[in-house]
Amino acid sequence: MPTQHIVRSFDDELQYLEAKIAEMGRHAGEMILRSVDCLVTNNTQLASDVIADDIFLDLAERDLDEKAITIIAKRQPMAVDLRAIIGTIKISSDLERVGDMGKNIAKRVAPIGQSRQPERFYQGLKTFADLVLSQLNEVLDAYATRSLDRIDAVRERDCEVDVLYTSLYREILALMIKEPKNITPCTHLLFCAKNLERVGDHITNIAETLHYIITGDIMPPERPKDDKTYKLSADDINLRQNEE
Amino acid sequence: MDIKMRGTDVKVFYGEKEALHGINLDIARNAVTALIGPSGCGKSTFLRCLNRMNDTIEGARVTGLITLDREDIYDPKIDVVELRARVGMVFQKPNPFPKSIYDNVAYGPRIHGLAKTKSDLDAIVEQSLRKAGLFDEVKDRLKELGTGLSGGQQQRLCIARAIAVSPEVILMDEPCSALDPIATARIEELIDDLRKNFTITIVTHSMQQAARVSQFTAMFHLGKLVEVGETQSIFTSPKEPRTQDYITGRFG
Amino acid sequence: MIQSLDNRRREIGLKKRYRAEKRFRFYGLAAISIGLFFLVVLVVNVVSQGYSVFQQTQLSLDVYLDKKIIDPNNELHAKPELLVTANYPLLVRNALAKKLDVDLTDRASLRDLNAFFSQSARVLIRDRVVANPNIIGTTQKFTILASANIDSAFKGQIDLSVPEQNRKVSNRALTWMKKLALEHSLYKSFNTGFFLHGASSRPEVAGIGVALIGSLYMMAIVLLLALPIGVATAIYLEEYAKKTLFADIIEVNINNLAAVPSIIFGLLGLAVFINFFGLPRSASLVGGLVLTLMTLPTIIIATRSSLRAVPPSIRDAALGLGASKTQVVFQHVLPLAAPGVFTGTIIGIAQALGETAPLILIGMVAFVANYPTSPVDPSTTLPAQIYMWANEPERAFVERTWGAIIVLLIFLAILNTAAVYLRRRFERHWS
Repeated sequence: MPTQHIVRSFDDELQYLEAKIAEMGRHAGEMILRSVDCLVTNNTQLASDVIADDIFLDLAERDLDEKAITIIAKRQPMAVDLRAIIGTIKISSDLERVGDMGKNIAKRVAPIGQSRQPERFYQGLKTFADLVLSQLNEVLDAYATRSLDRIDAVRERDCEVDVLYTSLYREILALMIKEPKNITPCTHLLFCAKNLERVGDHITNIAETLHYIITGDIMPPERPKDDKTYKLSADDINLRQNEE
Repeated sequence: MDIKMRGTDVKVFYGEKEALHGINLDIARNAVTALIGPSGCGKSTFLRCLNRMNDTIEGARVTGLITLDREDIYDPKIDVVELRARVGMVFQKPNPFPKSIYDNVAYGPRIHGLAKTKSDLDAIVEQSLRKAGLFDEVKDRLKELGTGLSGGQQQRLCIARAIAVSPEVILMDEPCSALDPIATARIEELIDDLRKNFTITIVTHSMQQAARVSQFTAMFHLGKLVEVGETQSIFTSPKEPRTQDYITGRFG
Repeated sequence: MIQSLDNRRREIGLKKRYRAEKRFRFYGLAAISIGLFFLVVLVVNVVSQGYSVFQQTQLSLDVYLDKKIIDPNNELHAKPELLVTANYPLLVRNALAKKLDVDLTDRASLRDLNAFFSQSARVLIRDRVVANPNIIGTTQKFTILASANIDSAFKGQIDLSVPEQNRKVSNRALTWMKKLALEHSLYKSFNTGFFLHGASSRPEVAGIGVALIGSLYMMAIVLLLALPIGVATAIYLEEYAKKTLFADIIEVNINNLAAVPSIIFGLLGLAVFINFFGLPRSASLVGGLVLTLMTLPTIIIATRSSLRAVPPSIRDAALGLGASKTQVVFQHVLPLAAPGVFTGTIIGIAQALGETAPLILIGMVAFVANYPTSPVDPSTTLPAQIYMWANEPERAFVERTWGAIIVLLIFLAILNTAAVYLRRRFERHWS
């Protein structure tokens, strides 16, 4: 914001909220990164660390909620301040869920590790995770700089996320059909992919909330956030297989 | 929006100094319009133009067009006394006359000849006091001096006095600034009630009050109208940066 | 170390301040005491010199209405005017001589006898005889005023150590006086004549009656004229007139008029009312008009400041309800300004009551013996009467001068007290 509040402690309080969101965002991103790493390298020790770390985000979300409510009671914020505070509450909830997704992925490291697969197996997932993480960083950057352009970029790349998820989904299904003994690890992988896809959804939520904070307008609900995998049937898979 | 009063390019000069620079503002019928802005921004000046109270100030000159139901209120044919019976005013500091409560409320109807008999007048007084939410508190002491009431009661008495002449528009210049929160809340409740039958324009320093009480808000700054719109959008997402800076307390 | 230094400095400041306060309080008390002292001196002086006037020495005497003196030639039925011109003082002298056992052949004694009673006895007896001529030949009881010198002597105002030739009262007369006093024929009683009679060359019958009526007429005229004109002018200047240079000039002039020496108003009255309009000289009407002009600035200024003191919130409230300018002024502002207006008026009238200089020039400082029946009859006023009597050397006139001053001061005190009382009573609190 170009100018400061006449009462400086109000600025300090808003600053606290922003810093906390940035911290939560970093932490959530790290959780995703580490959990996928653990998956690929089959590091169960690190995985349990990641699971334990999730508590930080839970506490941070509660702290943010409390602080936000206090600011509303004390300051009766208007306009951009009001939007920023309500936005903070929503974004912290989204980031906490992102952390939960990371925790879920970490939980599946042990079961997947029991039937170890070649590197190539996890490559798709890693690529997907990288894409999602870059989205997360992008949206957190947009939050810090309040940049509308970056939000648009995030929205656009969200299509990529969906496309990549659908193809990953197909790949894993194909793997399951080809070698039925892979079904157990592949099912876990599917869930991990789904978790990452949902991280993508939360990132889009954050982008929309940020858009509302900056402009005061709610974004039009045109974005294609549904996952289209429900359209895939066994016949489709077979067809693709035969094509290959 | 059904328009009750409209100001077009309204300018006010105090001597050589231009205090209001070309204001264009519509006042909606049977709704509350709040005028907000920092001190000295011209909101009270504009308010006083609406019932020609600026006429009483030496050296004040008003240009532009102000209409009430599409009639120019500064037209020489218009009787300013009659205008002020149609557009009433409540002031910042409660100012009841040093007469009895009854006489305070009855004064307006008396001078405008609204009551033919004593019982008519009694009815008008009772009705006005009821509408102002004061009747039950004072019904057995109507003969007592109006100045003996508490601050909040005095202000409600002034509102009853203004209502008694059956105005179409009620102008309020910071009516709650001298009152405690409970009295303020009562007056806000009263305003909410009154807007069913009257058009109300209120000048207020409290943004929270403007947000609570009004349907439309106009923001003034340095004699200019910065922004006007529906209250909910002004206070959640105003379009002008100056408006935003003022209502979030960033001014300066 | 530094903290105690500050404490020390603070204490010194306090001591100095308290000392200054004590000094100031002392100055104030001293000033008040000096003022009170002079006030007490004034009151004591005035009262001690004038209180004696409220009693007059009277003689109660049986007078034989000798027909031989009243109507020697028995011509009464033909010449009724004889009753008016008869030598009544002679009857009194004879009665007094008889009472005191004085030999009627002793000329010196006769002189003293004649000088013992007031010549006003003539009028007293004449009036009773004219009213009822049948009492001629009978003996009637009369209450006659003693002469001024005897009155002064009886009140102890004459210095008896001075040798007889230099005194106004002879030793013989003094003896008579004591004798009659012992018999209770000579006594002091309340001097109603002081309040009822007009001016007279005989001090024992001189009174302030005419002056009181004259003052009353004048105050009534001032009230009837100055109050409405003054209040109306003030209302116009304060509420209706536009604030132009002309209005400012008028305001300055009115303020100056309040300070113009009063004798100039007298000259104005002489030139305009008497010479130009031809109004009668010495009339209380002219006096009233002159004093109206003098009191107008006071009333205008007092009314204007009372109007200004009415808070604008009341005006705004009335205007906001749709009251016209006139309604605001007369229904709201004026009632609230009324206490100030009354106070100003009463103070103005009290001032007018005590004016003498302008009245000199319009002829109200004149010898007026008869009551004025209307404001155009010649009259005088209380301060003018005091001025005239102050020029007379006789002891009885001295006493009367001070007595009139007492009456004037009492009136002024009453008026000012009324002003304060009215103001307190009608002061309304509009906040």
